[in-house]
Amino acid sequence: MSNKMSGEQGERKFKVVGTRPIRHDGLDKVTGRANYGADLALPGMIHGVILRSPHAHARIKKIDLSKALAMPGVKAAVTGADFPEIGSGGMPAGESHIDPKDLQANILARGKVLYHGHAVAAIAAATIEQAREACKMIAVDYEVLEPVMSLERALAKDAPILHEGRKAVGVPPLPEGDTNIMMRLANAKGDVDAGFKSADVVVEGWYEASMAHQGYIEPHATVVTTRENGQADVWCSTQGQFAVKSMLSVTLQIDPNLIRVTPSEIGGGFGGKTTIYLEPIALLLSRKSGRPVKLVMTREEVFRATGPTSGTRIWAKLGAKKDGTFVAADTRMEFEAGGFAGSPMGAATMTVFASYNFPSFRLEGLDIVLNKPKVAAYRAPGAPNAAYAIESAIDELAQKLGMDPIELRLKNAVKEGDTASYGPKFDRIGFIECLNAAKNHPHYKAPLGKNQGRGVGAGFWFNVGLQSSATVSINDDGSAVVRTGNPDIGGSRASMAITAAEELGIPVERVRPLVGDTDSVGYCDLTGGSRVTYATGMAVIEASKLVIEHLRARAATIWGCEVDAVEWRDGQAVGTNGASNNKPLSLADIAKQMGHTGGPIIASASVNPPAAGPGFGVHICDIEVDPETGRSTVVRYTVVQDAGKAVHPSYVEGQLQGGAAQGIGWALWEEYLFDKNGKMENPGFLDYRMPVASDLPMLDTVVIEVPNPLHPYGVRGVGETPIVPPLATVGNALSRAIGVRMHRLPMTPPRVLDAIETKKG
Amino acid sequence: MAKIQVQTTINGETADFLCDAQQTLLSALRDQLGLTGTKEGCSTGDCGSCSITLDGQLVPSCLVLAAEAQGREIGTVEGVADGTGLHPIQQKFLEHAALQCGICTPGLIVATRALLLKNPNPTEAEARYYLAGNLCRCTGYDKIIRAVLDAAASMRGESA
Repeated sequence: MSNKMSGEQGERKFKVVGTRPIRHDGLDKVTGRANYGADLALPGMIHGVILRSPHAHARIKKIDLSKALAMPGVKAAVTGADFPEIGSGGMPAGESHIDPKDLQANILARGKVLYHGHAVAAIAAATIEQAREACKMIAVDYEVLEPVMSLERALAKDAPILHEGRKAVGVPPLPEGDTNIMMRLANAKGDVDAGFKSADVVVEGWYEASMAHQGYIEPHATVVTTRENGQADVWCSTQGQFAVKSMLSVTLQIDPNLIRVTPSEIGGGFGGKTTIYLEPIALLLSRKSGRPVKLVMTREEVFRATGPTSGTRIWAKLGAKKDGTFVAADTRMEFEAGGFAGSPMGAATMTVFASYNFPSFRLEGLDIVLNKPKVAAYRAPGAPNAAYAIESAIDELAQKLGMDPIELRLKNAVKEGDTASYGPKFDRIGFIECLNAAKNHPHYKAPLGKNQGRGVGAGFWFNVGLQSSATVSINDDGSAVVRTGNPDIGGSRASMAITAAEELGIPVERVRPLVGDTDSVGYCDLTGGSRVTYATGMAVIEASKLVIEHLRARAATIWGCEVDAVEWRDGQAVGTNGASNNKPLSLADIAKQMGHTGGPIIASASVNPPAAGPGFGVHICDIEVDPETGRSTVVRYTVVQDAGKAVHPSYVEGQLQGGAAQGIGWALWEEYLFDKNGKMENPGFLDYRMPVASDLPMLDTVVIEVPNPLHPYGVRGVGETPIVPPLATVGNALSRAIGVRMHRLPMTPPRVLDAIETKKG
Repeated sequence: MAKIQVQTTINGETADFLCDAQQTLLSALRDQLGLTGTKEGCSTGDCGSCSITLDGQLVPSCLVLAAEAQGREIGTVEGVADGTGLHPIQQKFLEHAALQCGICTPGLIVATRALLLKNPNPTEAEARYYLAGNLCRCTGYDKIIRAVLDAAASMRGESA
């Protein structure tokens, strides 16, 4: 693990930023004290259970709750009919937009069920067993329809239509009449056909990836209490308490002022906890019963009805000159949206060509509904699928050209001043630095063993800014509290405390970071888009600077001088210009006298950066394939990524390692398997095979620091980029190990054996 | 149906509770006894979040019936620290940043304690295979394995 630094911001001498303190919430998390979604119990609390559709595609003709309501212990029941009628339209949700009508219909089906496991009704009873028994007594009359289980079928002329009467939107030409295509996007630059004609080498192919789940270990959970005056207190595991509040308000048409959302500790999300499933149901059940209601999903429910990310079919074609210069690129990207519109196809169209300079390109993206769970955000949504296609094609191109794959990328990589394929001009970025660091890494030069192959792949993610606020207050002992509104999903309390400590000039242990509920902290957009350390960190810097203004004024009061004669230096007020004979006052000295110099010291600040600095990464993977069984083992893996400035390097490395591990799982093992009726066949961790400790080697990291000009410290978001390169990196390694280009994820042993057998003929 | 009375020892202290015949030990610990440090990730014995020890043996408490705890000794994450300071395993998890979201951490700490009691000097591969029943989705296991091996060294008195 090494750090490299360059640039002006890099020359700032940091005292706390870049150190590795023990995270403030760590103690509670290693002792079992930390409270996650399912850990809350309230007096009088009752338990909810959801009835889910046994069909992947059906019309609901009638729901009869009468027998269920008569069962012992039952306090309340709800169906989709309990939701108010609302119109379509977009509401912002972090990086994406959500259609509130679809959101509502996904939470509890209305009229139709669109996937196996789609919620149909819910019961609350005194015990969970009673609720389960009562659920069995709900009578639902379904008209079963043909399930649409593949992109081919969804696009067929005679395909059953999931949303009758709904028109495709986007860039023409759009399909006319009823369609399962919900959106079409397209973009182009230059003369693509002429570009391909001028190419010396052209590669093209389809690259398919299966639907995969975020795989957070904590199932969704909530406890909702409602009051006689209409107020609702919501406790839940979420990536954004303010997002939950606005989604609840819209789906239930409740005055947001009545809703308070307290985020529990969150046991993983990866984008999957940026939306809501349980909270409105629990709220309605609580209103009907007058009791606090707890709803916790089982793992099976998590798989069947939350997440996942899109399965995709992407055709990619690339053309290059003999010297490796790219001349043209073309792609068609088909994304499974699940039962409702809203795959991350849009982000895929923007990222697919973003890492390289293509003189000409053309792209088309389709958002396609079919009878699988409605997809949710998953870490750099859409980008890994797009990168899988394009980075695989680049590898094939390198093989055809007889070029080193890193050299080929270096020849075409974007740098500062280049215009990104999606529009804007790149500011300072670190892609070239990452490629060079990978090229010079000992891993890249190490010899390979028998049946081994080495792959490289690159990845890009925008990162986002958005709205954040922070409050910094000073205690009378000179310690500080920093309050923000972003659930801490991977160490962000530590980065907020480090940031405040850096500004105030006090030890990080003297800062307590706090994540508040929607009533106790200022608005923050959700924890997503790799935005917290970047944007919320900027709010902490601004609030800390305001606190320092107060501290200078208090020192001036104590010294009886002008505030201009007081400087804040290394955690102390230092007198200048006529006040320099005063002994410097530490933060603790000033804090002790707060009550006599003007009262408590506290400041809040908010930011709304319209952009963030993009992140680039380059991964290297060595894989060994057993030619007898097709089993592949990752034997060595290195992640190189530009972090701008690593605030807490251990948690930056952790993001790089975690993203790589998820990507390796997606590439080799993880996939949704459906039977012909559309029922997921592997809704558990035994059969949905995520990486376990014995599947992986150590994951080496190289943190590059090319400062982001948009952030005072140079920070870039780091959370999402690391899942972009692995699909292609692992695919390229495996393809080189067996001498056959792989086109389908996951690359399970049967698929690898098939490829080996086909090659043998 | 009548409740079953269970007398057991949890983290060295006697504990009595009432349970239903079909209730899991995980549910009794969390819902009856308020020991929510033991987490539920799957309820099918596949994720390891609910790892506890039963008479010293590492088990997923979601696959043990509460009534089976009669007369047995249970060890949970709440009993790993000795009340005045952290156990070296907990300390090393913190020092190595071996947790991100932290939901798998209690199970991993209980499992690591069981590993190191059996094998005080595990190789990296031995640690990886012993902990293969404890899923972590955030870390990629690198820092966890480093923390485990460092904790083992520290407990052997070879602290770096």
